Amino acid sequence: MSLKTSLEKQKFVITCEIGPLKGTDTAEILEAAELLRGRVHAANVTDQQSSVMRLGSMVTSYLIKEKGLDPIFQMTCRDRNRIALQSDLLSASVLGIENVLAITGDLPSLGDHPQAMSVYDLDSVQLLWVIGQLNEGYDMVGNELKGRTNFYPGAVVNPGADTEASLELQIIKMEKKIEAGAKFFQTQAIYDVDSFAKFMNRVEGYKIPVLAGIIPLKSVGMARFMNKSVAGVFVPEELIKKMADAENKTETGIQIAADLIKDLRDICQGVHIMAIGWEKKVPQILDTAGL
Amino acid sequence: MILSKQKPFEEILEYLDGEGKVFLLGCNGCAQASGTGGPEQVEEMKARLEEVGKKITGSAVIDFLCDKALIRSRLRNYIEEIKAADSILVMTCGVGVQATAASVNKLCHPACDTVNLGGSRGEWPGSERCMECGECMLEYTGGICPLTACAKGLLNGQCGGASGGKCEVSPEKDCGWELIYKRLKALNRLDKLGKFVTPKDHSKTLPETGLMSTSKWALEQTGNKERVAE
Repeated sequence: MSLKTSLEKQKFVITCEIGPLKGTDTAEILEAAELLRGRVHAANVTDQQSSVMRLGSMVTSYLIKEKGLDPIFQMTCRDRNRIALQSDLLSASVLGIENVLAITGDLPSLGDHPQAMSVYDLDSVQLLWVIGQLNEGYDMVGNELKGRTNFYPGAVVNPGADTEASLELQIIKMEKKIEAGAKFFQTQAIYDVDSFAKFMNRVEGYKIPVLAGIIPLKSVGMARFMNKSVAGVFVPEELIKKMADAENKTETGIQIAADLIKDLRDICQGVHIMAIGWEKKVPQILDTAGL
Repeated sequence: MILSKQKPFEEILEYLDGEGKVFLLGCNGCAQASGTGGPEQVEEMKARLEEVGKKITGSAVIDFLCDKALIRSRLRNYIEEIKAADSILVMTCGVGVQATAASVNKLCHPACDTVNLGGSRGEWPGSERCMECGECMLEYTGGICPLTACAKGLLNGQCGGASGGKCEVSPEKDCGWELIYKRLKALNRLDKLGKFVTPKDHSKTLPETGLMSTSKWALEQTGNKERVAE
């Protein structure tokens, strides 16, 4: 069942993330796709995540689709101008890719090619609007296409924005993204279910599916690093202590992720698990969460 | 004001490789203010180059080297010195190097790198930056330019990278959209943020041919066109 059908049928939807590696070896990705097929509704394929150059999102999306896993083709605005973005969308459509996630993209200065020129010819709201145009059978300047796309576009929102201005701007932008055609949202990692519930109350009126982000904790160091360096992520001290006291950090990290998923079931329409190297442990997280 | 900084001396020497005689050119404007190409730095450069065996055929500091009419008239006093040199080392911003190279029949070497200030500034240096984009967005953003205040130049609001009101590029840098939000909130005009801003028309960034030059355009076009030291 496609992501669109699953979301429209109001199921509790599970998506996960596959990060292409640096190089041409696809064995690990294909192995992960085998393991995840049938356990998740769709898998995001990241696009040069953290501005680190790697195998492309489009070809990896195609490869996992061949393996029977519905891909969510992530597309950032960092590396391509409007001509390349539209052309890649047409190409992805020809390859049978249906879901696209439009995102801004980290600055190159955060990645392994800090010397790179950043593009940002379009922003994420504009990219969603362009996807809508292509679905209608036109490019963004109104030229008719011979064969239109049929994308199911998604977007992201950061509910953990940490200033009043930031949070309000996230919500205003979310509204703009919906107007520009976004059909679902995925969020940055959530660890504080209560404040996420407050965010969900704020956006309830939009009647749009939100999949809450889950990043399983691997260590105390990872939690502290995210608190310090990842915008919008806040791991409460109580969870950090749980990890510190744990004899088996892996089991505890999986248990915490599973508990979060259980708590989120009544609050939003699904979860988006970003395992960051733990892709093969996703089935175990889902088993522990009773899914 | 255009900010420049001197290139490492070794790099300058690489440029001058195989050339024994050099004419030095500085500027009393921005380059002097930047401490890269005023009278003092030109004298210093002369001494350093002589130390490594270069002959300095002459030097001049002109105000201002971005002005080709001035370059042409002032350098007339140095025609012999320039003729005697293998090349000219221009100790200014890229505008000065280009204006000199367009005016003199000699190879011109840049002695400086021009520092990007993220857009041009007012004549009296302030913190406001304009990219001269040809399609002003300030109406929607409370008078703060999203192209220069946001590291990504986003038009429809903040990205997910802001933290504590600061940009993901550096904790020292304010998030432009945080500033825009606060400004509009203070003006009670947050409604401005709800507008979908369509993609920029970058063709508007291309200046009209007639505007490519400064107000000295007419003088340059109609005046004495021959190049100095011809």
